Amino acid sequence: MNGKVLLTSAEAISYAVKLVKPEVISAYPITPQTHIVEKIAHFVETGELDAEFIRVEAEISALAVVIGAVAQGIRAFTATSSHGLLYMHELIHWSAGGRLPIVMAVANRAVGAPWNLWCDHQDMMSQRDTGWMQIFASNAQEAHDFIFLAYKVAEKVFIPCMVGIDGFILSHTAEPLYLVDSGVAEAFLPPLDFPLRLSNQNPFTLWPILEPPLYHRQRQDLFTDMEKSLKEWEKAFEHWEELTGRRYLPVEGYMLEDAHTALVCTGALSETAKVAVKQLRKKGEKVGLITLKLFRPMPKEHLLETAIHIERFIVLDRATSFGAEGILAQELRSAISGSRPVHSYIVSMGGKEVFPENIQEAYFKCIKYPEGATLWS
Amino acid sequence: MELKDFSYEGLSSGHLACAGCGAALAMRLALKALGDKVRVVIPASCWSVIAGRHPDASLKVPMMHSTFEVAPSIATGMKAALRRLGTDHITVMVWAGDGATYDIGFGSLSAAAERNEDIIYVCYDNEAYMNTGVQRSSSTPQSAWTTTTPTGKLERKKDIITSMFAHRIPYIATVTLAYPEDFMHKFQKAQKIKGFRFILVLAPCPTGWRFEESRTVEISRLAVETGVFPLLEIENGIWKITVRPKMIEIGSYLKSQGRFQHADPEEWKRAVKDQWDFIEKFAGGQHGCDSAL
Ligand code: SF4
Repeated sequence: MNGKVLLTSAEAISYAVKLVKPEVISAYPITPQTHIVEKIAHFVETGELDAEFIRVEAEISALAVVIGAVAQGIRAFTATSSHGLLYMHELIHWSAGGRLPIVMAVANRAVGAPWNLWCDHQDMMSQRDTGWMQIFASNAQEAHDFIFLAYKVAEKVFIPCMVGIDGFILSHTAEPLYLVDSGVAEAFLPPLDFPLRLSNQNPFTLWPILEPPLYHRQRQDLFTDMEKSLKEWEKAFEHWEELTGRRYLPVEGYMLEDAHTALVCTGALSETAKVAVKQLRKKGEKVGLITLKLFRPMPKEHLLETAIHIERFIVLDRATSFGAEGILAQELRSAISGSRPVHSYIVSMGGKEVFPENIQEAYFKCIKYPEGATLWS
Repeated sequence: MELKDFSYEGLSSGHLACAGCGAALAMRLALKALGDKVRVVIPASCWSVIAGRHPDASLKVPMMHSTFEVAPSIATGMKAALRRLGTDHITVMVWAGDGATYDIGFGSLSAAAERNEDIIYVCYDNEAYMNTGVQRSSSTPQSAWTTTTPTGKLERKKDIITSMFAHRIPYIATVTLAYPEDFMHKFQKAQKIKGFRFILVLAPCPTGWRFEESRTVEISRLAVETGVFPLLEIENGIWKITVRPKMIEIGSYLKSQGRFQHADPEEWKRAVKDQWDFIEKFAGGQHGCDSAL
């Protein structure tokens, strides 16, 4: 396909999944993820995707089916959101510990109580310590492309990966994008070769009790492999650029060259923040933007390199660690190790609208104060 | 009954069960019947331990540990993958305790049965949470002692067989250790059927039921002969009693185990009679229903 097509990020993910050719898909409906799996179910029904679609009774079972399938050595897919992701939590840990190369799309949505259907990153960021890789898309093109990249890296390092898209803001908004063609998909993603798969020729027991010293070592392996996966992300991004001409980085900088202050965010907020940066520049403010694409592994070195000359960070968070600060702010503070001021600004929970003016406001509020208190929009 | 070759040993010696464990012996019989073209999924239970610590494994067939509540879903994914890989002839078996079956995993069990997944689900029923030190489950019989029902459980044991019958699956059976031919025959039969198959194994537990470890098989037999544990088969909705109990005095079963100190034999007699009245209605044949197949 040469020209651009108009698709929501949910659809963009479904089309990517069709090209990735998972053999088992299992899912449970939850807003705003449902469009992803509805479209995939359609592909399976029409025979455009040769796979088994298993309609389960709960999100935890959706991930369980995927675990059961991948452990036999085949590729599988699921998608969820918010409460669904939280209901999977036990198996989120289990599948990472089991080193299964699963890819799951997450339409990022707030968590109750009270009920809220709209976007924030609390669902996915609260899963940051489970051992899954996490990447956040900022637009439909990234949502589409990151599915391929996630499988590529997951199947290289045997660590599962979540691809986050902002609920509604991305999942339900149509944007023009280029679809990957099947030749590129095949060249980029060879069939899964999973060495840990069960077999009756050479039977073994998967995930038996490990004594403390061995368990400790196994966790260390996951930790170091996660760190090493950064190199695989870099390689995958490079390869992707060769094949598609689209260039991605773990950390993306915007108008940072002469900036003193950097706004920091993830997801679709990046697009709004870019407008705010331009407006602030017009007012003479030396400000730029850092967008984290990769959240796990945390690309510390990329961040430091991108922000080498930045004197102050204003982190626009869609997730909160109650009793501490914004989760992204915390992450950034830890990456730069306290050398420069980091302002934690909770810009939007549960879909509170963010306009460029609100980001300007965040900027002017923060620069008035020394670093410290977390501010809320 | 035609006896097949049961020489296959899928369970290694040196497994980690207590001496006299009914659940370990049950697995041995099951694998003798099923052979080595089997993959097993085991949720949290005594069997999570019996299966061995790395690098030792007590099963000679491929096996996957599962979290407590989703073994049927893991098995669903496993079987789907086997179909995709062209190895559909391999039997997928869930091997779960009563905690996973009657309680925490009941939702995923019901869902897999409703989808009529092509798996054999086995519940080895030791009638309490034994792995955590004998706490009551919804499978614990009325008046039985556990550490969380120190003066005896007040509620009745959940009727899992009728629950599974309501799912209209193609095959349901109950088995226990003292009747190995009946046991292995039912497993072999189940293996040949497509769709969701449910087998309930009464697996006496010396540790939690409080009896000497040499008496496991004897107690298994008493459970049947007193009518406490009926040996049944429900094929495509048709009930069949496979072993007619002698209906010996209930006291012999109650007295054989320390857990029944608070049990009232008269109450038990009534409960057993109720149970059999109910079964006879179905086993008359008129009440069979069409299975999902
Ligand atoms: S506690 Fe009971 S069921 Fe568990 S291993 Fe010991 S004897 Fe077997």
